[in-house]
Amino acid sequence: MANYHSVIEKNVGLMIVLTLVAVSFGGLAEIVPLFWQKATTEPMATLRPYTALEMAGRDVYIREGCHVCHTQMVRPLRAETERFGPYSVAGEDVWEHPFLWGSKRTGPDLDRVGLRPITEQWHREHLRDPRQVVPESNMPAYPWLAENTVDWSHMERTLKVFKNQFGVPYSDQDIDEQMKKVRGEWADATEEDAVVAYLLSLGQARREER
Amino acid sequence: MQDTALTPAYHYKVVRQFTVATVIWGVVGMLVGVWIAAQLAWPALNLEIPWLTFGRLRPLHTNAVIFAFGGSALIGTSLYVVQRTCETSLALPRLASFVFWGYQAVIVLAAISLPLGFTSAKEYAELEWPIDILLAVVWVAYALVFFATIGKRRTSHIYVANWFYGAFIIAVALLHIVNSAAVPISLTKSYSAYSGAIDAMVQWWYGHNAVGFFLTAGFLGMMYYYVPIQAQRPIYSYRLSIVHFWALIAVYMWAGPHHLHYSSLPDWAQSVGMVFSIVLLAPSWGGMINGIMTLSGAWHKLRTDPIIRFLIVALSFYGMSTFEGPMMSIKTVNALSHNTDWTIGHVHSGALGWVAMITMGSIYVMVPRLFNRQRMYSVRWINAHFWLSTIGTVLYIAAMWVSGIMQGLMWRAVNEDGTLTYNFVQELAERQPFYIVRLIGGVIFLAGMILMAVNVWKTIRGTRSDEGELNLVGAEA
Repeated sequence: MANYHSVIEKNVGLMIVLTLVAVSFGGLAEIVPLFWQKATTEPMATLRPYTALEMAGRDVYIREGCHVCHTQMVRPLRAETERFGPYSVAGEDVWEHPFLWGSKRTGPDLDRVGLRPITEQWHREHLRDPRQVVPESNMPAYPWLAENTVDWSHMERTLKVFKNQFGVPYSDQDIDEQMKKVRGEWADATEEDAVVAYLLSLGQARREER
Repeated sequence: MQDTALTPAYHYKVVRQFTVATVIWGVVGMLVGVWIAAQLAWPALNLEIPWLTFGRLRPLHTNAVIFAFGGSALIGTSLYVVQRTCETSLALPRLASFVFWGYQAVIVLAAISLPLGFTSAKEYAELEWPIDILLAVVWVAYALVFFATIGKRRTSHIYVANWFYGAFIIAVALLHIVNSAAVPISLTKSYSAYSGAIDAMVQWWYGHNAVGFFLTAGFLGMMYYYVPIQAQRPIYSYRLSIVHFWALIAVYMWAGPHHLHYSSLPDWAQSVGMVFSIVLLAPSWGGMINGIMTLSGAWHKLRTDPIIRFLIVALSFYGMSTFEGPMMSIKTVNALSHNTDWTIGHVHSGALGWVAMITMGSIYVMVPRLFNRQRMYSVRWINAHFWLSTIGTVLYIAAMWVSGIMQGLMWRAVNEDGTLTYNFVQELAERQPFYIVRLIGGVIFLAGMILMAVNVWKTIRGTRSDEGELNLVGAEA
């Protein structure tokens, strides 16, 4: 064996090619089939696209790194469905770019937070000062969200990318309507308004199952 | 190796630059780690300043220690090792200089953009698309320098350390380019090209192999040079290095789905990922055994040489975390450990125990040679650093084990009537003491890193310590 291997050891081009071959199979086998699997490509019937306000809230959620401490993935384990709600399925996330499943629960899972009996006002107070409502919490306070107004400058482009590149079923009319609201009732919306709208949208596709 | 008149003029400038960068970024990255560890214990430390909040600083910490500290160490040592083992000077030295400055530019841009909240949201791949493109260009330049140097080698065989460094360079290029595919909206904002479960699979194919190739294969390359050099013994088994090299690089690529157990990723992918993760124990331990057994016949060096201690303890932590990893990838274990602090402990037993300690040992071997010094300024400080690193790591991972397993058990505890025993906040409150112990472990580890920085600085400055002849290191191999 060692003799055969010395052929590779003497030829850097051969070594590069064989290394590339060795590292290629895993990704090809595990990723490529997912593009053709129903479970990962077909949206749930009850799924609806984000409004512009929710989309803006999601951008803030990403910017602040909420996904660093909160998962959005309820596992099909009894204690989890008991605690959070119906377990997550791939069909809910077909329009999610990027996915926000997270990997660490420093705080609780949020995939079903929109189904919880929590008011909008609770969310606002909690975001401004988490320890005011949950004394044991170690979440940072986000008072600036209530002060900043949403930066709408890229929203039309964002919605069009989700429609045209990602196949989210917005019609041109939908986008026009959303942009009318952006210029109208949401023109002065705060980032807090947006984040709360996004949080309340989470899990809505599974409302009946609750 | 040999220091005869025939020795080629090695090109050390870029190696020196990367070595100094490694030490500086090590201090910075670990300092940010200590800070965010304190924030988890005392949330008031978020200071209500947007760019100082945990959600933005945690990616800064991971990027700084993995890519700034670890990356500088890998590029620097690889460009040293490839010259020494190929007995030739560096190919394309100007391009190598671009690799250094380009890579540092990526780091600085990361350090600015992540606290500002510019992020793709994908773990260990948070940088936005313009920085991703710069990194891809720098990486291709690095690959050219590395492989062109091998191409003009004066030895007939390519030494084993270079197989690992080479696989690391190739795989990281592939992973980075595929996972970073995104549709830009503006200069600072883009959305991943992949959707939902597919995005998750691509991300953890990337994420796990950032561990497998960046934090494992690359550092095994380091191990395969600096352990035999410092131990003055040949590698234990040539045959084992062949088998475990090909097995390691082929198997690692399949293990990603274990980060997505019980998620909505289709079951078949989870099962395949779990099987390969368990198999991965074998090639991982192949590397550990090959490294540790290199010392056979020279075990007494562990008593007298603190650098050997760094290298061997690093391999021991490598063995431990590559046992723990396959165990955690078993679905029933993962049901308990996933999303908890146990994962954080596991990562740090690899990151502090293996990656950082093998780097520190290697830098202690290399610095006197790079800067034409007889030895490091203080060997006693190396020894002190060794103990600080070891104690810091053990405190850190023990705290996270306890906290993580407690979390997993409290989350699943149910009463006789089937209701949950604890609400989430009750569990959260119980973590506090372990977060403080973890912080103490981190502070101790950071103290060692700072001691190293001073030691390296004084060595480069050529300051003489009063230990004089007692110093053991520095004798040219």
